[in-house]
Amino acid sequence: MTIPVRIPTPLRKLTNNQEVVEAQGSTIREVINSLERNYPGLKERICDEQDNIRRFVNVFLNDEDIRFLNESETPVKLGDEVSIVPAIAGG
Amino acid sequence: MDKRPFFSHLRCRECGRRYPKEAVHVCEFDFGPLEAAYDYEAVGETVTREKILTRPRSMWRYRELLPIEHEPTVGLQVGFTPLIPARRLAQRLGVSELYIKNDTVNYPTLSFKDRVVSVALSRAKELGIDTVACASTGNLANSVAANAASAGLRSFVLIPADLEPSKILGSLVFGTNVIGIQGAYDQVNRLCAEVAGKYRWGFVNVNLRPYYAEGSKTMGFEIIEQLGWRLPRHTVVCMASGSLLTKIYKAFNEFSQLGLVEPGQFSIYGAQAAGCSPITTAVKNNTEVVRPVPKPHTIAKSLSIGTPADGYYAIRTMKETGGTAEDCTDPEIIEAIKLLAETEGIFAETAGGVTVACATKLIESGRIPRNESIVLCITGHGLKTQEAIVDQVGKARLIRPNLKEFETLVEHALQTS
Repeated sequence: MTIPVRIPTPLRKLTNNQEVVEAQGSTIREVINSLERNYPGLKERICDEQDNIRRFVNVFLNDEDIRFLNESETPVKLGDEVSIVPAIAGG
Repeated sequence: MDKRPFFSHLRCRECGRRYPKEAVHVCEFDFGPLEAAYDYEAVGETVTREKILTRPRSMWRYRELLPIEHEPTVGLQVGFTPLIPARRLAQRLGVSELYIKNDTVNYPTLSFKDRVVSVALSRAKELGIDTVACASTGNLANSVAANAASAGLRSFVLIPADLEPSKILGSLVFGTNVIGIQGAYDQVNRLCAEVAGKYRWGFVNVNLRPYYAEGSKTMGFEIIEQLGWRLPRHTVVCMASGSLLTKIYKAFNEFSQLGLVEPGQFSIYGAQAAGCSPITTAVKNNTEVVRPVPKPHTIAKSLSIGTPADGYYAIRTMKETGGTAEDCTDPEIIEAIKLLAETEGIFAETAGGVTVACATKLIESGRIPRNESIVLCITGHGLKTQEAIVDQVGKARLIRPNLKEFETLVEHALQTS
């Protein structure tokens, strides 16, 4: 299953400046692992040594922060979109 | 321009990697926030109390500790708001030494946000940016709109569509582009992060964040100077993203390190509304993991950030300084707004009510001792959130233009007051 993933500016050097790339998987974890296969080095930017999503990275499935869903185990289905977004200061 | 720059580079708060002084805000390696770093040796050789005292009474009197390269160009009159000895409020709360840092009268848009915006826009101009923007819960939008107007910059402000009407009007009047997003602040934020990656704009709290955030330090510098070059023992600050709290800590440390104030113990406390208290909840649960609040619900809309970017650092700051966090309900916020108004003549917005209400709880529970110096940071003016208290402050009494009616009314008023 192919899922589009939106890549934030700081990571686009790793995706040949592509804003949206395609990944495979049925959970967020699988999607991230698939990104790593196609764009080596991407995973360590998103996940820490314990394989957890880094403190300052927000991952969204469509419009929902995956921390409100099932974190890395959140299932993804055809037609979904994943976005990786850095945390932002207040306003 | 001085030969040796005071502001040297940007640095990742997590891994310490260095970045150039551009419009970038997160580390490419771990997404840690980038922060301005200074050549403190150079600053120390230049800055003295005497020198600061000769300068105009604005936040720019501390310019060596702000991340710009040339003289400031935006917001030259911002800051140096009053620090008020709050004797009547102190009496009501049963404490001996209480001060209000009164940013309700900050220039030009009546909130502490003018501090951060004047730094962000001064830096934006240095970087050759002609369009500035922000994600905002209201106050930041007002400040970006006003300061961009006076600086001749084009601006876009993105806000949750359900903000207080006075805060929306307070942006529109400056001729900015106000974009109401049908969603919570965190959704506005996310959209801004995506927009910022697409356009070459200066988003004050996205790609200009390292510059923006440093402006908050000036509130801390001013508190020290206005206390007679002394650190307050206890400081209470409201928290949305938690950034202001961490920057007051940085300010106290920088002045201590530079010898501008006698180093000493100080504690910083954070205040949130119960309807959106992700940072306070983490502190109360004794964890550094901030659980986001999906749907904030409180009259303190300016603090309604469910995913606070600086929550982690705010928690560590409170812990390290021996402070803690508290929260309060909407009715407690309203009571606190009225208490501050009736005792000190200061009309604070809902966020100020949060600070006063939480400070009251911290004092009453003994966590802040009654016999040491306390500063409450009041960050925005009540005229901006009138909707929140409109039914809670009574009504004007109406009479005909007739002395007899007036006398009857006064007699009645004197009896009941």
